Amino acid sequence: MNNLKITIGLEVHCQLSTRAKMFCRCGTDYIGKGPNSLTCPVCLGLPGSLPVLNQRVLDLALQLALALGCRILPKVVFHRKNYFYPDLPKGYQVSQYDYPIGVNGSIDYALQGQRKSVRIKRVHVEEDAGKLVHEGMALMPDQSGVDFNRSGIPLAEIVTEPDIRSPEEARECLMMFRSLVRYLEVSDGNMEEGSLRCDANISLSRNPGEMGVKVEVKNMNSFRSVYRALSFEVERQKVLLHEGKEISQETRHWDEIKHVTVSSRGKEEAEDYRYFPDPDLLPFSIDEASLMNIREKLPELPLERKERFMLEYELTESEAGVLVSSKMLADFFEECLKELNKPKTVCNWITTEVLRNLKNLGKNINQSEITPKAFTELLRMIEKKEISGTIAKSVLEEMFTSGMNAREVISKRGISFISSEKELENIVVDVIENNPQSVADYLGGKQKAFNFLVGQVMRQTRGQASPEMVKNVLYKQLSAGG
Amino acid sequence: MTAEEMKNYRVSDYRRILQKGDISPRELVKIFLERCSQWEPFINAFLHLDAERVLRQAEEMEKFPPADEELPQLFGIPVAVKDNICVSGIPTTCGSHILENYVSPYEATVVQRLRRAGAIIFGKTNLDQFAMGSSTESSVFGATRNPLDLSRVPGGSSGGSAAAVASLEVPLAIGSDTGGSVRQPAAFCGVVGVRPTYGRVSRYGVVSFASSLDQVGPLSRFVSDAALLAQVLSGEDPLDSTCAPYPPFSTSDIPSYEETRKMRLGIPREYFSSGVDRSISEEVASAVEKLAKEGFDVIEISLPHTDFALEAYYLVALAEASSNLARFDGVLYGKRAQGVKTLMEMYHRTRIEGFGNEVKRRIMLGTYALSSGYYDEFYLKGMKVRTLVRQDFEKAYEACDILLTPSSPCFPFKLGEKISDPYQMYLTDILTVPSAMAGLPSLSLNCANRDGLPVGLQVIAGPFREDRMFGLALFLEELLSVEPPIPAVPDVKEGDDE
Repeated sequence: MNNLKITIGLEVHCQLSTRAKMFCRCGTDYIGKGPNSLTCPVCLGLPGSLPVLNQRVLDLALQLALALGCRILPKVVFHRKNYFYPDLPKGYQVSQYDYPIGVNGSIDYALQGQRKSVRIKRVHVEEDAGKLVHEGMALMPDQSGVDFNRSGIPLAEIVTEPDIRSPEEARECLMMFRSLVRYLEVSDGNMEEGSLRCDANISLSRNPGEMGVKVEVKNMNSFRSVYRALSFEVERQKVLLHEGKEISQETRHWDEIKHVTVSSRGKEEAEDYRYFPDPDLLPFSIDEASLMNIREKLPELPLERKERFMLEYELTESEAGVLVSSKMLADFFEECLKELNKPKTVCNWITTEVLRNLKNLGKNINQSEITPKAFTELLRMIEKKEISGTIAKSVLEEMFTSGMNAREVISKRGISFISSEKELENIVVDVIENNPQSVADYLGGKQKAFNFLVGQVMRQTRGQASPEMVKNVLYKQLSAGG
Repeated sequence: MTAEEMKNYRVSDYRRILQKGDISPRELVKIFLERCSQWEPFINAFLHLDAERVLRQAEEMEKFPPADEELPQLFGIPVAVKDNICVSGIPTTCGSHILENYVSPYEATVVQRLRRAGAIIFGKTNLDQFAMGSSTESSVFGATRNPLDLSRVPGGSSGGSAAAVASLEVPLAIGSDTGGSVRQPAAFCGVVGVRPTYGRVSRYGVVSFASSLDQVGPLSRFVSDAALLAQVLSGEDPLDSTCAPYPPFSTSDIPSYEETRKMRLGIPREYFSSGVDRSISEEVASAVEKLAKEGFDVIEISLPHTDFALEAYYLVALAEASSNLARFDGVLYGKRAQGVKTLMEMYHRTRIEGFGNEVKRRIMLGTYALSSGYYDEFYLKGMKVRTLVRQDFEKAYEACDILLTPSSPCFPFKLGEKISDPYQMYLTDILTVPSAMAGLPSLSLNCANRDGLPVGLQVIAGPFREDRMFGLALFLEELLSVEPPIPAVPDVKEGDDE
């Protein structure tokens, strides 16, 4: 009973980062916009309106398919998927059917140091539907509204082969999808905002040679819920198999609050979408030259970059993993190294302090005020012991909020900075002369007395010298004097 | 101006008198409005005709006359628009209940082009519901009658546009042709009707019936006017990706009579078969004879897949229609059924109440043709036959430059005669469907009158060869000198004078 074979396949939808929708010129930045404010006759499906493909959609989809190692089909064909739903204004969705953008690719990811591979069945593009709204100012309690701002936004759908063997793998694989789309800058890959969505097919089988009954799980809105929902399914199906019960082929929804999957009510008969080539969008060929051009411009992909970071900069897997999770962050890291070639130090500060500040501000590294130059200048000051780490942290925080560089922050705070041992010497000599008892105690072997003297020097400098430097100078003076 | 004087006016004549100031745009539209008030009670060609609006457009033209010395091509000319083409601010009903009160917030590209050319958008004309029919009887706003014989249909689906031009309610109109919906009513009403090459004219703003077949085309009393209108309507449109990226058709490309005479004329024997009314075959054959006497090279050819074209057409067109009409679901616009409890019930009742029988029949047939398990056998097979039909024409154009055929297998029939027999109705498109399937430019002009009823002759050219099509049609028009109709306004019907 324990050697059940788990088989999981993913269907990932990601919103392609185009400025305009897939078939009209309406904007795609719908977050925070009033309902139906980003609409036109085309994305509302008004009578007589016609689609015209936004070429950028094709470019992004080709980048994605090429990065996944897919074979690109020579022709682009759009099909209509026909069904009725209030959020679907034309009564059909423009999608792709037997002629997707790319087929037969793969995605690699690492789990506990092991490199794994999942085959990609296909990558295709389609338009998004609108969104049903069940409460709002203009709505009566028993009414629903439709917001078509999302209608016509381009999506890429990636379908994997059932090569995934556990919920952990599913989560890792999905995280790798997110890194990938972010690297390529084809999508912002934000699961919470719905620009990355994932459905999964899962089956359990006693016999490793065959697959069990496929259950589709939907409504998983975060990496954690993908993991939890699939883990729940594994347990649920295990129990059923154990009890000798049948697993029914069905679609189940993940309930985020109760932490269970629930069978979706409704007809189980397969819907007939009556796919046929959209006669409003003529098929066309992809020209080799532009394909070559896209291929050449593909950036280094996250897994390769992670492995290079580990090798080249001697970072741990988790350190490298954090850095490459976002292309911007990894780029920032490497820009910093051009200024200050101390990978470990730079990495430590980025993965802790920089990320903490970004999180507090709710920004990404490119949106923040900080530049690699300003950031490494601060690190260099610590290196030279011009400031303490503790002060540097608070300086960095202010650099993030104000956009000033380290020296500006320091001078604004009135910290006139003691940066050489020479400047400290007079203060140290003063302190030694004014505290003969403590000096005597120290020379008599009491370590506490040394700390007291350090404290006195720090007080005199009003914290403007680094403790390391103070200790250093004090030690030298005491040894010399003794 | 009397009707008798206007009978032979071409657009160039109206322009001349407008240019000279013999008549003002307002005076001109008033003449046509007057004709409408005489004819409309009898023929019902218009679904929407707003005299105030028409006069306002004419007034604007007087207030702001064009700066150029040369007036724009259609300056002050009234043009009627089929009611499946969106004109902003006035209803676009498609002759249906479901769009009864629908007003489009935007305007079709072709309408914008008419306005830019100085035309006056006169009103919206009647049609078979959603352009599905061949008699203009299936409009929920009542049938249109043929001005040449009020007991007969004007053809369809652009019957309103054809009847309006034939009765000289307007000098020009536009319709849409999917399988013959401009040419067949033109033939029934004795006027000129043109289907341009697929991709010649933008479909943006034309309510789709079958996307891969729909084309907007002109209806007029003279070939030269149709050519002028085709020039205004045609050209690339960034809003329609099926519209070809070619420069617009230009009347200056039309060959001279000298050059026209060199064209080789193909006569496809399948178009003169037993299914075609004998008098019609005879009239067309006699026109061809006259051309031969003029020195034209006449070649008998064969288009072997003609017999399968009609059935393939109904598979392809209806499959597309079933999908194109899915948007009429009562959610966003148009009529929505009231007193329903569930979403499914809303969909069902809205579409049951909103669509007429012929539209429902076609949606069901199309849905069936696309269903899994039937797709290969129906839709795909239809597409394959379509390729064969196109190849027939390609081969024919190796041997000749123009094909000449009858436009319709029958004379205008009586109202009610075929409405309950869909197959008989479908058969009336049998001669116009093949060139539509091949996307070819085709024109119908009146070549004779038999017992007061017109006989349409169809001129079919190769893709984007409107120049040849119009060249031959102009030659024929002059050669045959069949005058455009000017039916007398009927007397008030007995018992109506109360």
